Amino acid sequence: MSQPLTGIAASPGIAIAKAFRYAHAAIEAPQRAEVADCAAEAERFRSAVARAKTEIEAIRESTERRLGAAKAEIFEAHVMLLEDPDLVDAVLEQIENESANAEYALHEVTGMIVEMLRGMDSEMLRERAADVLDVSGRVMSHLLGRPYAALSGITEETVVVAQDLTPSDTAQLDMDYVRGFVTEIGSRTSHSAIMARSLELPAIVGAGKAAAGIPHGATIVLDAIEGRIVVDPSEAELAQYRTKKEAYDRRTAELKQLAKEPSISADGVHVELAANIGGVEDVAKALENGADGVGLFRTEFLYMGRSSLPTEEEQYETYRHVLDKMNGKRVVIRTLDIGGDKELPYLSLPKESNPFLGLRAVRFCLSREDVFRTQLRALLRASTAGKLNIMFPMIAVAAELRQAKAILAEERAKLEREGVPVAGDIEVGIMIEIPAAALNADYLAKEVDFFSIGTNDLIQYTMAADRMNDSVSYLYQPYHPSILRLVRMVIQAARREGKWTGMCGEMAGDLTAIPLLLGLGLGEFSMSASSVLPARELVKRLSRAEWERFADEALQLGTQEEVKQFVEQRSHA
Amino acid sequence: MLSETFTVIHPSGFHARPTKIFVHAATQYNCKVNLIKGSKKVNGKSSLGLLSLGLAKGDEVTLEVDGEREEEALRELGALLSKIYEE
Repeated sequence: MSQPLTGIAASPGIAIAKAFRYAHAAIEAPQRAEVADCAAEAERFRSAVARAKTEIEAIRESTERRLGAAKAEIFEAHVMLLEDPDLVDAVLEQIENESANAEYALHEVTGMIVEMLRGMDSEMLRERAADVLDVSGRVMSHLLGRPYAALSGITEETVVVAQDLTPSDTAQLDMDYVRGFVTEIGSRTSHSAIMARSLELPAIVGAGKAAAGIPHGATIVLDAIEGRIVVDPSEAELAQYRTKKEAYDRRTAELKQLAKEPSISADGVHVELAANIGGVEDVAKALENGADGVGLFRTEFLYMGRSSLPTEEEQYETYRHVLDKMNGKRVVIRTLDIGGDKELPYLSLPKESNPFLGLRAVRFCLSREDVFRTQLRALLRASTAGKLNIMFPMIAVAAELRQAKAILAEERAKLEREGVPVAGDIEVGIMIEIPAAALNADYLAKEVDFFSIGTNDLIQYTMAADRMNDSVSYLYQPYHPSILRLVRMVIQAARREGKWTGMCGEMAGDLTAIPLLLGLGLGEFSMSASSVLPARELVKRLSRAEWERFADEALQLGTQEEVKQFVEQRSHA
Repeated sequence: MLSETFTVIHPSGFHARPTKIFVHAATQYNCKVNLIKGSKKVNGKSSLGLLSLGLAKGDEVTLEVDGEREEEALRELGALLSKIYEE
């Protein structure tokens, strides 16, 4: 009989194996007892803590050996909890001042701490309750003279089914046999969920009480793509899920391989497929997806969601971290692009009737040099950590570019006088998103190291159609020949000066646009991280020489529909 | 006594790892280390205390140090509050 259960797919994949039920022995709330010898009781508690620490230290070492230092680190935090005055001293106080028995005092203090943590706003912090329960449970087991449950004795392929898995449980999963796990409680940010993702182990969490009904030894299908669990699947279901598992595993392996490969077209042309990021938190995803670099770091997110401007030190820390993590790959950092639809309440800028045509991006920065200089100093100081490119947004005329570059040069000179090291090879470029800049690209190209075409704004300004206004959304036409001709004009202008051109709008990751853009000679495509691998797969199949000819033909056409149809026909030919 | 206010910039706030590193550094000092967010003040040498502040990205937190080598403590521990940690 099949009974589908559902839960949160916390770590993707499919597992088909026998259920292994695992539970911590229930610890009933200990009775309050009056102890006669408080000093002895305190000593008994200290010794239980010491033994728990020794055990955790052993788990830390074995985890470090099996899974690496990063995954073992959580246990350093556990050891620290067993040294924490708010836990240990609080228990000792209850024993010494109130003659409470150690079990009772530990239970009380743990309960208070867990309640406090579970009341926190941040899910990440609520999850810390699991750490406290884990260490406290271990100390309790020593006080009671019982072994703390351990996930051992698994000798065949298994999907572990538990109410919850503590950090120490998860670290001790035997990866030779465990194919996945299901828990009744938990969320995507639970320690067990995070661990499962890094071990690439399929997992469903938060499956609820229903998961408690899964019998030990029953065959189950864990579909951690959809978040479904099938208990006792029929032959037909088994066959269906085996096929699905095979396809998923094959695709995962292909993408993993692709992530390591360079971005080269079928006729040997190297391009850069880069990722757009909004902050430090996006870097890991860019790297996992094999991005060749960061083509656009939108620094405005550093300025948003707070009540004052970020300091030079805070920005430096952020830029340095991103450059360092990208490990020598190109990182294009765009200076503050505020205004338009992005406001900073703490600057209390005057309302404008046409914010998209107003004091935004570099226009704002040039009017508030203090803000601009702080950012440039932070960028220059961070430049030694990697391959930094600085990009000014919303340049319309050469004077803006010159002014921005002059300020940058002044800040560089100041830092050098102060003896602060600054990289010598920082490339400086501009975004091309205003038609005036595109039309004047041959002139601007002499004064930059690169261009990056921002298609979202370029389309809105070329079509004179607000991209936030649904009633004119039909004018958002990336394939319109007028847009493509501007793109070609920019790429050719850069090329004549020996400079490169990238693109960081939506269009750069669009699989229909990529062949055309490659044919037009675009050198860098910056997109959301999840688009990088499909784009690389496509680029590997394309011949640039062939698409140069197709692009020439496409640009002779008159409407977006004709271009799209043409590209699709050529793509599938 | 010295004090200074810092802004948290670590994307996921002060969870296990940053807390562990901060508390470890704080316990190397003999001076008192307190952290204040809004009306809540905790012992900076207690990871549970620090966790209970629920420090998230963008939060302002005041570091108060009092005693031996307080200047050095303010500098080192302050930098740890406005820092991005490895994940």
